[in-house]
Amino acid sequence: MKMKAMTALCATLALSAPLVMAGGADDDKMVINGETEMVTKTTAPAHMENVSEIMSGWHFRSDETQALQLDDFDNPGMIFVDQALDAWNTVEGSAEKACASCHEGPESMKGVRAVYPKWNADAGEMRTLAMQINDCRENQMGAEKYKYDSVPMASMEALISVQSRGMPVNVAIDGEAAPYWEAGKELYYTRTGQLELSCANCHEDNYGNYIRADHLSQGQINGFPVYRLKNAKLNTAHGRFKGCVRDTRAETYSPGSPEFVALELYVASRGNGLSVEGPSVRN
Amino acid sequence: MKLTGLTAAIALCAGAAIANPISPSEIEFDEYGAVQASLSGAPGDAERGAEIMVTRSKGNCVACHAITALNDAPFHGEVGPTLDGIAGYRSAEELRGIVANAKMTFDGSVMPAFYKTSGFVRPGDGYTGKAAKEEDLTPILTAQEIEDVVAFLLTLKDG
Ligand code: HEC
Ligand code: HEC
Ligand code: HEC
Repeated sequence: MKMKAMTALCATLALSAPLVMAGGADDDKMVINGETEMVTKTTAPAHMENVSEIMSGWHFRSDETQALQLDDFDNPGMIFVDQALDAWNTVEGSAEKACASCHEGPESMKGVRAVYPKWNADAGEMRTLAMQINDCRENQMGAEKYKYDSVPMASMEALISVQSRGMPVNVAIDGEAAPYWEAGKELYYTRTGQLELSCANCHEDNYGNYIRADHLSQGQINGFPVYRLKNAKLNTAHGRFKGCVRDTRAETYSPGSPEFVALELYVASRGNGLSVEGPSVRN
Repeated sequence: MKLTGLTAAIALCAGAAIANPISPSEIEFDEYGAVQASLSGAPGDAERGAEIMVTRSKGNCVACHAITALNDAPFHGEVGPTLDGIAGYRSAEELRGIVANAKMTFDGSVMPAFYKTSGFVRPGDGYTGKAAKEEDLTPILTAQEIEDVVAFLLTLKDG
């Protein structure tokens, strides 16, 4: 909020000095429900070459938007968590099972969000949380898969994420994960579309700067799924990636595609050390 | 000195002689990234240039540049430098080159090329997210629109 007001002010005053706005992240502290202290800024993991401090996207939002995430009664994302809790206990599919039949309460999912995407040795694949949820639905329950970036999927991801809230993101990037991570990194630095912009151009070279009315963050995904005021629903990380690629006037990849799975692993690893925030609130 | 005068004269003649606009594949940049002749062959209209610079689907230059003269349009970004006073230190030729393809002046610039139709990775059909065939791509701005923008930039004398 402060920043927007300042932009407006700068715009009305004739700018005499070269424009250097005190952009960047704010110094607010995030404590959820007055008790859970969150790590929203920390030293960048060793594998990051051009950034020394990593920051949650929360720091780049207005005070009003930030406040919505501080209390679960105010966080509109929690409504979806409640819906997912119903789904968690609902028997579906030919095996006549609910998630609860095998996993008991959702608390059993503590720590899970923090380490996904994760290599699954049995299946021989890199698995996102969404892929794992659908694997259980299809193969354990005999139920229909959720559409990859649908609201029911985002809601189930939110229910699982909230069990890890406050724990540090800690995805593995070595061993079997290494080639996926490399592929994701390649995508992160590729300048796509007619605007020829890469993720890094906006979220590494320019975080803290305004691009038109948008205050650029580091494009972290520790807060996903994200409730966006703009579309009043929970959004998945792949949904966000898709929008960002489209905005470079490029052909996007599909949610759930191998490219976005690799990109998710890479982007998640850039947030290793930040607290799991999902469901977070953004504009 | 003589040489510059001559080049300018040739450029002028060339500009007048060409009826059709210079296409994105024909455009020639000098070693500093400047473009001598008008792309459309016609002079630019500064007022239209100002309009193009604030229109999201066109130049949307204010997304990255603060420009006091365009303060009626809300939210100027800060990814690039302010363009106030740009006409004081950039020539028409330099500005034309920068707007057509800034990467010829600033290596690796994040500023998009507004007059380019090939060499993209996964080009899309506008902002639909769908694929575009390279042969169907049109530049983000037309030859005349580039000239209009350059004409407006040349009015930015005080900064
Ligand atoms: C019939 C039993 C069964 C049901 C029903 C079931 N799961 Fe699972 N789930 C498993 C098993 C077994 C594993 C471990 C599989 C593995 O590691 O490959 C697992 C693993 C998981 C994991 C990964 C946990 C981790 O530590 O990495 C998640 C997340 C998960 N299930 C979510 C769900 C959700 C959500 C539902 C309901 C939509 C569900 N499961 C329904 C059996 C079940
Ligand atoms: C033209 C600039 C631009 C490019 C290129 C771009 N983004 Fe974004 N992105 C934005 C803007 C603007 C936002 C909304 C404000 C913010 O959080 O930065 C955003 C938001 C995000 C967010 C949400 C962050 C949060 O905390 O909620 C993620 C994640 C993200 N981008 C990832 C990516 C990835 C991955 C790529 C490359 C495939 C990419 N972006 C490319 C401009 C861009
Ligand atoms: C995505 C951001 C972005 C957009 C959009 C953009 N520019 Fe730029 N522009 C830059 C950056 C960054 C620079 C600084 C050069 C560099 O180092 O890359 C620049 C440099 C310039 C310069 C040279 C400034 C100088 O001091 O020499 C001019 C002129 C210019 N831009 C005009 C425009 C015009 C006109 C438009 C719209 C048609 C536009 N720009 C759109 C980012 C942008």
